[in-house]
Amino acid sequence: MITKKDVQYIAALARVDLPEDKLEGLTKNLTDIVGYVKQLQKLDLKDIKPTSHAVPLTDALRKDIVKPSLSNAQALSLAPQAKDGCFKVPLVIE
Amino acid sequence: MTQQFETVIGLEVHLQLSTKAKIFCGCANVFGSPPNTNVCPVCLGLPGTLPVLNNQALLYAIKVGLALNAEINPFIKFDRKNYYYPDLPKGYQISQYDLPVAKDGFVMIKNEQGPKRVGIKRAHLEEDAGKLMHDNTGNCSLVDYNRTGTPLIEIVTEPDLRSPQEAYDYLNILKLILQYLEVSDCDMEKGSLRCDANVSIRPVGQKEFGTKTELKNMNSFRSVKSALEYEVGRHQQVILSGGKIMQETLLWDDEKGVTAGMRSKEQAHDYRYFPDPDLVPFTIDDKIIDQVRAELPELPQAKLERLIKQYDLSEYDAGVLIMDKAVAYFFEQCCEKYHQPKKIANWLNGAVLKEMNERKTSLGNLKLTPAHLIELIQAVEDGVVSNLAGKEVLTDMLDSGYSAGTIVSQKGLAQVSDDSSLMAIVEEIIHQNPTVVEQIKQGKPSATGFLVGQAMKKSGGKANPKKLNELITRRISNA
Repeated sequence: MITKKDVQYIAALARVDLPEDKLEGLTKNLTDIVGYVKQLQKLDLKDIKPTSHAVPLTDALRKDIVKPSLSNAQALSLAPQAKDGCFKVPLVIE
Repeated sequence: MTQQFETVIGLEVHLQLSTKAKIFCGCANVFGSPPNTNVCPVCLGLPGTLPVLNNQALLYAIKVGLALNAEINPFIKFDRKNYYYPDLPKGYQISQYDLPVAKDGFVMIKNEQGPKRVGIKRAHLEEDAGKLMHDNTGNCSLVDYNRTGTPLIEIVTEPDLRSPQEAYDYLNILKLILQYLEVSDCDMEKGSLRCDANVSIRPVGQKEFGTKTELKNMNSFRSVKSALEYEVGRHQQVILSGGKIMQETLLWDDEKGVTAGMRSKEQAHDYRYFPDPDLVPFTIDDKIIDQVRAELPELPQAKLERLIKQYDLSEYDAGVLIMDKAVAYFFEQCCEKYHQPKKIANWLNGAVLKEMNERKTSLGNLKLTPAHLIELIQAVEDGVVSNLAGKEVLTDMLDSGYSAGTIVSQKGLAQVSDDSSLMAIVEEIIHQNPTVVEQIKQGKPSATGFLVGQAMKKSGGKANPKKLNELITRRISNA
């Protein structure tokens, strides 16, 4: 059972601004989704290996070779704000 | 009644691996470039890009795992560790959760009771985050993503350490092992090696752990030790005064010598790990493990034992030599050509080490070859130059790159040992010091030392003191 509190917590972690009037509906939706997946619990899965990946591939590796990077201007062209060659963000203090 | 507490410490070490390229993209893995010049769509986390694991980073991680006596997982995967912070462009860090590269290893340290095993819980691969700087106007932060995607191996101990001293010793031994592996420059000042600590205390005899605090922001092993000492004291004070320790992350303030809580809001982390769908799992078969194992160098402890046995060195001498892999190697090269291991060790651990420290450089950067050092040691042993002048010659050798013989003749440092040259000085000194000569005649041979000293001065330090002693003694007894 998903509670309203769970939904608020998940929204806070995801930095989603959740209007009060959407809370009820979302809680029901999430409960339904989890309930749907819960059907798996009825199955005997003790001999099934955990799925680590949806694609049946392993060992996709690259060699340790340096390739060209973006220029500073190219990299910063995507930034809403930049300063001194850096991405400018709201002040973070620790 | 005073209550006795036991300290419980676990350490997490982050080590940057010195691959040429980053862990999941082809950007250069270098320190000190202008901001945001080693970045690409992958390490900037742009939509639609795919990370691909750097094979060398994986091999280095296996190497570290084997050196720490750990079990290598035959099947590993990468997971996303989710949190929002501007140093993390994707909103998650690619790390490993339940299937790390290595697990269940150990490192041997020594305490008062003897050898002690420190368990290594796990060692996993992950990507480093970017660097946050605070703008001097104080109203914004600036981010440099060059460091983003630098390969890291995180080495986590079991809570086996029982004092700040043990933690300090463990870190030094671990660092030495990692330096031997040549997988990182292990430079704490550049941030290549970083350490966080978990600490708690419990009444002696209690099985359950006390509440722990996590310490961050220590930039040297010494500050790790100081932070732990401070925190252990704080825990005791809180508990003895009836209070409770809160589980939290604290930052060490090296200047003030205190720990302080972090101001950031997200204290209770909920990282919501899940398998990264962008990266497929990896298999590490025995063939790869055997190949990496074959490339493992002789590790510090094994080298220590071998040097003691093979060259009949004291534990102290061998212990100093192995503190630097390059020095130990140089020592053995010298021993091949000159069979005086003790003398070579003395020179390396004394004069050469002093030069390295004074010049703040490594042996590799000194202009010194084994042949040159041996030539110098032989010159001192043969009495061509005095021990003192020998050290001066070493300094010159390192400045100029010339051999000992060249410097000795250029600077006229050769010791004067022939009787006729020395006899003139001896005569002069005896003539000038009749009282001392009288003392010697009346059975106070120790006064000879004074005359030798005077004669040495007169010769400008070049006379052979042994020879002088002989001549003075002979001259006085014959008078």
